[in-house]
Amino acid sequence: MSKSITAKDLNVYYGDFMAVEGVNIEIAARSVTAFIGPSGCGKTTFLRTLNRMHEVLPGARVEGELLLDEDNIYGAGVDPVTVRAMVGMVFQRPNPFPTMSIRDNVLAGYKLNGARLSRSQADDIAEKALRGANLWNEVKDRLDKPGSGLSGGQQQRLCIARTVAVEPDVILMDEPCSALDPISTLAIEDLIAELKEKYTVVIVTHNMQQAARVSEKTAFFNIAGTGKPGKMIEYDETSVIFNNPSNEQTERYVSGKFG
Amino acid sequence: MTTDSTDTRAQRRKSPKKPENALVSADRAGAGLDRGFAGLAKAAGIFILIILAFVAIFLSWNSVGALYQEEEGLIIGRFLSYAWPFALGTVVVAILALIMGAPIAIAVALYISHYAPPKASKTIGYIIDLLAAIPSVVYGAWGMFVLAPAMVPLYHWLSQWLYTWPEENLGWGIPFFAGSPGLGQNIFTASVVLAVMILPIISSVCREIFIQTPKLHEEAALALGATRWEMIKMAVFPFARPGIISGVMLGLGRALGETMAVVMVVSGLGFQLSIISPGNSTIPREIALNFGETGHGTERWHQLVALGLVLFVITLAVNMVARWIVSRHKEFSGAN
Repeated sequence: MSKSITAKDLNVYYGDFMAVEGVNIEIAARSVTAFIGPSGCGKTTFLRTLNRMHEVLPGARVEGELLLDEDNIYGAGVDPVTVRAMVGMVFQRPNPFPTMSIRDNVLAGYKLNGARLSRSQADDIAEKALRGANLWNEVKDRLDKPGSGLSGGQQQRLCIARTVAVEPDVILMDEPCSALDPISTLAIEDLIAELKEKYTVVIVTHNMQQAARVSEKTAFFNIAGTGKPGKMIEYDETSVIFNNPSNEQTERYVSGKFG
Repeated sequence: MTTDSTDTRAQRRKSPKKPENALVSADRAGAGLDRGFAGLAKAAGIFILIILAFVAIFLSWNSVGALYQEEEGLIIGRFLSYAWPFALGTVVVAILALIMGAPIAIAVALYISHYAPPKASKTIGYIIDLLAAIPSVVYGAWGMFVLAPAMVPLYHWLSQWLYTWPEENLGWGIPFFAGSPGLGQNIFTASVVLAVMILPIISSVCREIFIQTPKLHEEAALALGATRWEMIKMAVFPFARPGIISGVMLGLGRALGETMAVVMVVSGLGFQLSIISPGNSTIPREIALNFGETGHGTERWHQLVALGLVLFVITLAVNMVARWIVSRHKEFSGAN
C-alpha cells in the first residue's frame, strides 16, 4: 500500500509569486518524515503540494516533478481527486464533519468512492479505522453521536481514523497537534509511530521535540526574507539534523538561536 | 462574571455617589453605552412584537363579522365555502413557484459561491440582486403580455398529452391539465412569474450562507478525494441547510403574499381544478380587487378581512414549520 515520494526541482507558485523554490527530496515508503522551519518558510505549502491541496487557492501551480513511486502526480491528465484519494491529509485544527455522526465521519471517504457497503461491512471498516486511530474504546458506545461532541484530541484522532479508513498510500499531517493539549499530543504521537508500519507519514511541525520524537528523517526549511521563496535547506536523518547538522542555518534553528 | 456585574449595577443604583467598590467607578464610559445599546435592541425587538400583535388583533377583531351576524347567528359554513378556493389557490401558486424557483435559485447561488471565477461571480450576483429591485407591477405586465402568450403552446401540449389523450385512451386524464388555455392567463403562468420574483431572495440568502462554509470542512472533504460536487454535498449543504430553509421560507412568504403580479396575470373565472385554463384566484388577489369597492362594515368587507387573517395564519404556520425543521437536527448543526 505504502508509496515513496520523490520531488525533483519542485517550484511552487501562487500566481506570479514563487512560494517554494527548488525542492529535491526523496521520502521512503513506511517512514515518518518531519518538516521543520520558521513560520512562512513554505513547509506547509510544500506539504500541500504533495496531495495537490494547494490548488484550492486560485492561481496556485507547480513546476518540476513530484513522483508517487513512479507516477508524476502533476502529469498531464492526472485528476487531483485521484491524487487526494491516495494521499490523505490531517489538518492543523480537527475538522470532523459537524453534521455527521462519528461513524459517518469515519465512513465519509468510503461513501465518496460510491461503494455500497452492507451494514456489517461498514461497521467493520469503522471499527478497524477507529481502532487504528486508538479511538475505538472511547467512542464505541456513541458511534451515532455527532463527532463535534468529542474533545479536541479525540476529534483529531477521529480525523486520522477518517483518513486511514480509505487506506491511502501516504498520510500528510499539517501541525496535527498544535491545537491539542500535551496528553492528546502524546496519543497522536504514539499513533504516528503505529501508522508508519503501514503508511508513509509526512508531518509538518513547529515543535522540534516532536520532530525529534516521531520522525526518522527531518527536512529543514527556511526563508531568506519576506517576499523571497522558501527553500529546503537540509534533509537528513533526524538525529543528524538535531545533533550534527551540516548547514549553519539548521544548526542555529535547532539550537534555538532563531525562529 | 454575570452575577458580579449585576451586583455592581445594583450597588451603583443604591449609592450612585459613593461606590463601596473601587471597580465600580473604574467602569469605562463605554459600559454605559453598551447598556444603552442593549436596551435599544431590546426595545426594537419588543416593538416588532407589538406591531405583529396589533395586526393580529385588527384581523381577528374584524373577522368576527364574517363568521357571526346578529340576525343569522353563526355563519362559519358560508365563509368557509367562500374562502377555501382562494386559500387553496394561494397555496398552490406559492408551492408551484417554489418548486420552480428554489432549485434554480440554489443552483445560481452555488454557481456564484463555488463555481464561477471571482470576477464573473460578482457580476452575476449583482444582476440577480437587480431582479429583486424590479417592481412587481412590471413583472405583472411582463407575465401578462410576454410570458402568458409564450406559454400557450406548452399548455396546449400539456392539455393534449396529460388530459385529452389519456382521457380518450385510458378513460381518465389528469384534471389539473384539463380545459382550454385561452390566453394563458392562469395560475400556472402566475406561479412562473412568482418563481422569477422569489429567485433573487432565495438566491442571495443561500449565496451568503454558502460563502460562509468553513474552509476547514471544505478541505476535509477535498482531502478525502471528493470532487467539487461531492465536497458541496458533504460540507456545504449540511452547513447551509438552516440558511437554505430560511431563504426558501422568505421566498415562500413573498410568493404567498404577492398581489400585483397575480392580479395582472390571472384572469379569475372562479374555482376549477385545472391550473392551465383561466380561472382560480389567490387571497391577495381577491382582497386587492374587491376591498376598495366594498362598503365598510358589510359582511363582504368582514369576509375580505377574514381572508387576510387566513393568509396571516398560513404564513405563520409555514414559518413555524420551517423553524421546527431547522431545530430538529440541532445536535448535528455544528453549533456545538
